Amino acid sequence: MPGSSDPGFDTLALHAGAAPDPATGARAVPIHLSTSFVFDDSEHAAALFNMERSGHVYSRISNPTNAVLEERVAALEGAAGAIATASGQAALHLAVSTLCGAGSHIVASSALYGGSHNLLHYTLPRFGIETTFVKTGDMEAWRAAIRPATKLLFGETLGNPGLDVLDIPVVAAIAHERGLPLLVDSTFTTPWLMRPLEHGADLVYHSATKFLSGHGTVIGGVLVDGGTFDWESSGRFPELTGAYAGFHGMVFAEESSVGAFLLRARREGLRDFGACMSPHTAWLVLQGIETLPLRMERHVANARKVVEFLVAHPMVESVGYPELPSHPSHALAKRLLPRGSGAVFSFDLKGNRAQGRAFIEALRLFSHLANVGDCRSLVIHPASTTHFRMDAAALEAAGIGEGTIRLSVGLEEPADLLDDLGRALKAAEKARA
Amino acid sequence: MKFEIDGRAAYAYTGGKPFDPALPAVVLIHGALNDHSVWGLQSRALAHHGHAVLAVDLPGHGRSDGPALDKIEACADWIVELLDASGAQRAALAGHSMGSLIALEAAARLGARATHLAMLGAAFPLKVSPALLDAAERTPRSAIDMVTAFSHSTLAAKPSAPGPGFSLHGSSRALMRRLQDGYANAGHGNLFHHDFLACDRYAGALEAAQRVRCPVQLILGARDAMAPPRSAAPLREALAARVVTLPGGHALMGEAPDAVLNALREFLK
Repeated sequence: MPGSSDPGFDTLALHAGAAPDPATGARAVPIHLSTSFVFDDSEHAAALFNMERSGHVYSRISNPTNAVLEERVAALEGAAGAIATASGQAALHLAVSTLCGAGSHIVASSALYGGSHNLLHYTLPRFGIETTFVKTGDMEAWRAAIRPATKLLFGETLGNPGLDVLDIPVVAAIAHERGLPLLVDSTFTTPWLMRPLEHGADLVYHSATKFLSGHGTVIGGVLVDGGTFDWESSGRFPELTGAYAGFHGMVFAEESSVGAFLLRARREGLRDFGACMSPHTAWLVLQGIETLPLRMERHVANARKVVEFLVAHPMVESVGYPELPSHPSHALAKRLLPRGSGAVFSFDLKGNRAQGRAFIEALRLFSHLANVGDCRSLVIHPASTTHFRMDAAALEAAGIGEGTIRLSVGLEEPADLLDDLGRALKAAEKARA
Repeated sequence: MKFEIDGRAAYAYTGGKPFDPALPAVVLIHGALNDHSVWGLQSRALAHHGHAVLAVDLPGHGRSDGPALDKIEACADWIVELLDASGAQRAALAGHSMGSLIALEAAARLGARATHLAMLGAAFPLKVSPALLDAAERTPRSAIDMVTAFSHSTLAAKPSAPGPGFSLHGSSRALMRRLQDGYANAGHGNLFHHDFLACDRYAGALEAAQRVRCPVQLILGARDAMAPPRSAAPLREALAARVVTLPGGHALMGEAPDAVLNALREFLK
């Protein structure tokens, strides 16, 4: 977590990790589109490979532009460091694969992004990694699900699809009692709304595709380590506390008291799985982060206006936004998310699937697509798109109604957003069979 | 590598190679509320290029059992005992900040057994401001934040240490918090305040300097706000020390890892 004497968030968003380029004087961060970097001589090459000197060798492992992004996100999260990855999914996979192997077990919130759920539920078991899913707010279930083989507890700051707020302090305490780290997906909140490490999380990741980049232009992820989890005392992580034959017999926890996880993740996971970020992507994410404080403030302000409008509309059955007293996580959101509960939420139309489709098709400003966190407002109707194979019962089990609509509120003039929604709601009303 | 000194576990990182007492030994001594890992890159480089490295965790810091020792002089005695336990006959000593004073005292004790003395981010007297001392005692978290800010001269030291992607501020703060919490959880108390008191009360540098027999080098950060280069003047004079000034702040090994390594290697030739 940033310290009280550190520069403020807005300053870090512009300056952390970057200085004028010493070679050219370039003030903006240069894009180092180079696969590899020249060694001074053979000894310098050997020193870089052996971690006797710090520097860049090959852009799959590290890159100067990516390093600026990594240091900047680390500074904003108050972390020891970070690793940029090809996507948010790659960041999650890097975290899991650094700590888990065949026979490992994860305890995860059931309120997860579909892609994360796919990885944990369908794909990782093929590699011998099992996950037990628990209800986000059921602390006894979190505790009871931990096994001797458990390596990780995992949840989202704002869970999908209902925006269940993860009680990070309590879940982190449960994890730490058992010598386990807590990994948190903070994509919906960004460090501007919440810094999970301050609340006890140990590892954080973002889909930088969303609010961090903010313009719907790139796919990327960032994995962040707070540096305070004691892998050695835990006794559960020989990957970090024993000699690693794949890197000169290095004992990562000895090498760096606070950087063991990141060293292994980079020296093994990034090196071997190769899901690295393009430097051009890193640059675009950096461009986004420079205005993150301004954008997030506006995203939240616009979202609140849209929520207020929808709550009062006769065609709307319910709105699921944690700032509303009716939301199950309302009290938790007030405590953990004082700046706001983000700009992605769902609401239920009074209507059927056909009316949901009519609503979507009548929108003009809201773009119908499968993404969130764009500067433009976005919409999707899960029952007719992402979850169209499900019948009504299956949808209900997933917390999705036939009339559920998910919005990602952008940065447009709020009055225009309300006009757009009002027109579409009228169209939905007319579409009643 | 683990030793036992006075019945307590003592740890020193050997730079990723087994310690060979037949090689020229280098003892690296960290500063207040730090551990061996602040020397990570330098340790590996020296160990892989002809040196036997002991990057110590002082008592109560990191992997060495507590409690911490009360005085700089006691820490120097401990260093001498560690060197004896390692089997090394002679050694170069390098210390950072509080560790530089421990290295000075150890060099004075070792006499001809000390081959070199490198003092990084050094100052004497190493007085801690009353406000910081008070913060370290009453609100150690905020003192850690202050020291993190004062110890770094930039938000963008490149290429960072121990590697790209690390935030020097963040990793430094995390290390101090971890050590502070670990010491408190072990029932020993407030390590930060303890270390700062040891620095603040130390008065023996000029007397110790008279007993140092080896060449001395001061490696100072031009932008050091914790121990500004001018505050090393008494040491420079008393030790007839050569001075190397590097572009960096107090956390020199992280902000200027290559420059520190180059200065050490040149000095140790």
